[in-house]
Amino acid sequence: MYSFVAKRLAVAIPTLLILIVFSFILMFAAPGGPFTGERPPPAAVLANIEARYGLDQPYWKQMWDYVFNVVVHFDFGPSFQYRDRTVNDVISQGFPVTLTYGAWSALVAVVVGVSLGIAAALKQNSWLDYLAVGVTIGAQALPNFVMAPVLVLVFTLWLGWLPGGGWNGGQWDHVILPVIALSTSYMASIARITRSSMLETMNSNFIRTALAKGLPMRRVIWKHALKPTLLPVISYLGPAVVGMITGSVVVDVFFSTGGIGQFFVNSAFNRDYAVIMGITILVGALTILFNLLVDVLYAWIDPKIRY
Amino acid sequence: MINNEDVTRLQDAVQLSEVRGRSLWQDARVRFFRNKAAVAGLVVLILITCFALFGGFIAQYEPDFVDFTLMGANAYQGVPSVETGHYFGTDIDGRDLFARTVQGTKISLLVGIVGSLVAVIVGTLYGATAGYIGGRTDGIMMRTVDILMSIPFMFVLILMLVIFGRSILMLFIGIGLISWLNMARIARGQTLTIKNKEFVEAAIATGVSPFVIILRHIVPNLLGIVIVYATLLVPEMIIFESFISYLGLGVQEPNTSLGALINAGASQMTNGTLWMLFFPLTFFLITLFAFFFVGDGLRDALDPKDR
Repeated sequence: MYSFVAKRLAVAIPTLLILIVFSFILMFAAPGGPFTGERPPPAAVLANIEARYGLDQPYWKQMWDYVFNVVVHFDFGPSFQYRDRTVNDVISQGFPVTLTYGAWSALVAVVVGVSLGIAAALKQNSWLDYLAVGVTIGAQALPNFVMAPVLVLVFTLWLGWLPGGGWNGGQWDHVILPVIALSTSYMASIARITRSSMLETMNSNFIRTALAKGLPMRRVIWKHALKPTLLPVISYLGPAVVGMITGSVVVDVFFSTGGIGQFFVNSAFNRDYAVIMGITILVGALTILFNLLVDVLYAWIDPKIRY
Repeated sequence: MINNEDVTRLQDAVQLSEVRGRSLWQDARVRFFRNKAAVAGLVVLILITCFALFGGFIAQYEPDFVDFTLMGANAYQGVPSVETGHYFGTDIDGRDLFARTVQGTKISLLVGIVGSLVAVIVGTLYGATAGYIGGRTDGIMMRTVDILMSIPFMFVLILMLVIFGRSILMLFIGIGLISWLNMARIARGQTLTIKNKEFVEAAIATGVSPFVIILRHIVPNLLGIVIVYATLLVPEMIIFESFISYLGLGVQEPNTSLGALINAGASQMTNGTLWMLFFPLTFFLITLFAFFFVGDGLRDALDPKDR
């Protein structure tokens, strides 16, 4: 097990470094610096500003300093647009928000998706099954930037039940719509995967044996069927979480929740490379870390995996 | 004695009972056209393509023509109507939404098709090469794909759009960069099973060079599965582009795409100009579902194992 984790880490860490170096090279390739706007400042002022941000150093030195600071001190440097703030300030302000509704979305997607999938599989070809299959096919194709406006249209403008934006310190009514918008399509995919996996499991010999020796249905499902059913769901969690992280950008922008996605898009319009790079690297690190966790979880549950 | 009549009758009988062989492709076509959802999807796709190509001739206005009398007054004067020639109404700037929906559909379809063409060409060749050569090369090539897949590409692409300027070309490059990854995996997996077949052995024995074997013997046998995934990739690419355009980072004015139109409609919801959301959204969803249905139909037709 330890050697497996070590082996996966041996891939994960270089991946992250490649991402950092790649984003940095992209930044050097940019025509014009972050301070050469429509009206570039006088040369002397520009030189001063560049010295302040370390942009007068040779490229390799800049890159080394950046990577060193990120890896050792967790420091993404100063923002280029918000003069009095660092990238770390921006992230520590926005990240908790994104993490809050992101975690809720993941939880909702997994719990509802798995329950729906299992229920549909156990009652195969009943109305519940048809309903579940119908809903999941429809919901799977709905990207979150379609879900978000439709939800606001129905629940805010027509019904007036829930606020259509803002965060308000994470009050429950402000969290509901972002969570639904972000989790629905993944919930649908998880339900579909669980259903087909559960159907396959319930038809296998060891379940027939368990039922034949007189175990109650509930015990068979919980003790015997659940674990093999969940394997494909777990392997889907990796891409699902990557999708949710990406989707959080839309949710942040549409609902004005103040998460990192909003800062990300704002910085994209302001050409604030420092913030964009910081967030890209943070998200990359999260993605890679999560994929690692999923792999380890998978290997831990499935004894057939060699490591 | 054999008389002539008997002979001709015999010949007729032989001709009648001769089984006309059906190729894999004919078989697939029969299976595809038996699938009602897939055929409906195909018809809708043809209609949408016609709409995108020839809708401009029906439109009464140019997509970038601004009617200043309607600017800001579209909520009551820019209502969809046949009389004014604004079939889908106008947007907040007084532009004809019908013409813009035509243009948006055109761009979205173009993005989807270019993305999946890149995937087909690059992904298939990459995967087939990795699978055919095998060993170390295969390991390195597929490791690279793994690494690239674990990077949150949406963020990197936005970083690139910020650095090199927002343009359709940049969007195409970005989409081309990621679309081939999954295809490469699929093509490699198929190649592994094909490369041990007798006809490949025969080609090797007669001294055909590896490159020619890949092009002439491996790739044609991959086509079925490649077509299926290319079709399913188109809606993914459309969603991808719409996501970026929705954030305002993709296709730039005066050009537009369905994602950008949905964004414009969503931001005007409180104005009561719901047609600005309704028409682009409808076209977007219809296009997506049509591609999904056609893709599913093709999968059932060409890849019967994977049902």
